[in-house]
Amino acid sequence: MHNAEKLAVELIIEVIKRQYGYDFSDYSRASLKRRLIHHKTKLGLASLADMIPLLINNPHSFDELLTSLSVTVTELFRDPEFYQAFADEVVPKLKTYPYLKVWHAGCSTGEEVYSMAILLHENKYLDRTQLYATDFNPYALNIARKGIYPNEHINAYVDNYRKSGGGFELEDYFVEKYEAIKVKRFLQERIAFSQHNLATDHIFGDMEVIVCRNVMIYFDERLKRKVLDLFNESLVVYGFLCLGDKETLDYPGFRVVNEAASIYQKVPK
Amino acid sequence: MMKKKFEVIVIGASFGGVAALNKLLPPLSGLTNLPIFIVQHTKQMKENLFVKRMNELCASKVVEAADGYKVEKGVIFVAPGGYHLLVEDDETMSLSKDDPVQYARPSIDVLFESVVDVYEEAVIAILLTGANQDGADGIVAVHQAGGMTLVQDPVEAEMPSMPEAAIATGEVDHIAPLLGIVEILQPTLAKRDAYE
Repeated sequence: MHNAEKLAVELIIEVIKRQYGYDFSDYSRASLKRRLIHHKTKLGLASLADMIPLLINNPHSFDELLTSLSVTVTELFRDPEFYQAFADEVVPKLKTYPYLKVWHAGCSTGEEVYSMAILLHENKYLDRTQLYATDFNPYALNIARKGIYPNEHINAYVDNYRKSGGGFELEDYFVEKYEAIKVKRFLQERIAFSQHNLATDHIFGDMEVIVCRNVMIYFDERLKRKVLDLFNESLVVYGFLCLGDKETLDYPGFRVVNEAASIYQKVPK
Repeated sequence: MMKKKFEVIVIGASFGGVAALNKLLPPLSGLTNLPIFIVQHTKQMKENLFVKRMNELCASKVVEAADGYKVEKGVIFVAPGGYHLLVEDDETMSLSKDDPVQYARPSIDVLFESVVDVYEEAVIAILLTGANQDGADGIVAVHQAGGMTLVQDPVEAEMPSMPEAAIATGEVDHIAPLLGIVEILQPTLAKRDAYE
């Protein structure tokens, strides 16, 4: 990239780290730069460098930037093949556990963790499952916690749900009000939402399942490795790790459960 | 004047693109061992077949690009369905699930612009048939950085609007039918590989 832009990207990362405590230094630069440019255009600034004094002088400008940098749009039952594979190949193996702990790392606005809760409910596991949903962005987490989504994409969600093998009606799990749908309370009650930064925070212990789909694609190799160490330590032996469909696990001590759906299982040493 | 040194080729195609790439890629891959990146808009799940078919037809190895792959000579990298494909400064690839650009993911603009960030003027960009505007911004980025831009003749294209949108930017070096594109590139590419 042009040298001035490159320098501006590095300085913005430095300001964010030193002033606000969020560390983007191990993020892949190409996507990060695209998001910064997008944000710059939204603000009507002439150059990326113009963002630096704003960030230094005005904390509110960081709140907006954080959302631009970290929130990814997602869907209920996004990639239905994943949920189908999880129901077929992971759920039967969970039977032996009296109690389940599932960690959804990088849950963004929450659609996918509610999808998992629905899947577990339909397989009669939800009442003995505790789901943990974490994200480092407090604004995304707030949306996730509320569980209220615009209903404009409901047809696509219903389509995803059916393709995932869902056995009931998606509408059974939501209350529709005005232009929005709200997740029913019995699903929300099983999920603990909390702020957690994969780049800097510690392990979540004794999980039977960790779901982290399309989060690490934004990380460089060093941070990926660090996060995989974190997941490895957080998982029980025979626990499952679910990644995005184009993410391949390159880490010792795991076996492939379903390659197309990127589902892996931790095996004993 | 010294001949320009090109390091990568990027190709964008949309509606009608599979047939066009069937015709373009085999002769093009016979000409050069430069890495080639392709964004072909297509429904998810189908590109494995596309990759398989292209592997049979091309002199180069054709693979679906994945996160962390290293850019390699003699390899054609195809963007996976549903993800943007980008190239990083250390010449590895990265994928993103960021919003579609011009309704497209993978987006031709995203690929072209990220490749320009890394290779600057050493980029050859080829834009083929399509029914939208994707690739026009990418063509501008490649050309303004000093790279070479070629667009399929809209008369030949199954869908002319994508090539036309690129041509309308005024940043296109050559407008030609598919086999004409190969002919135009031949002297540039043949010379480069001979000197290596």
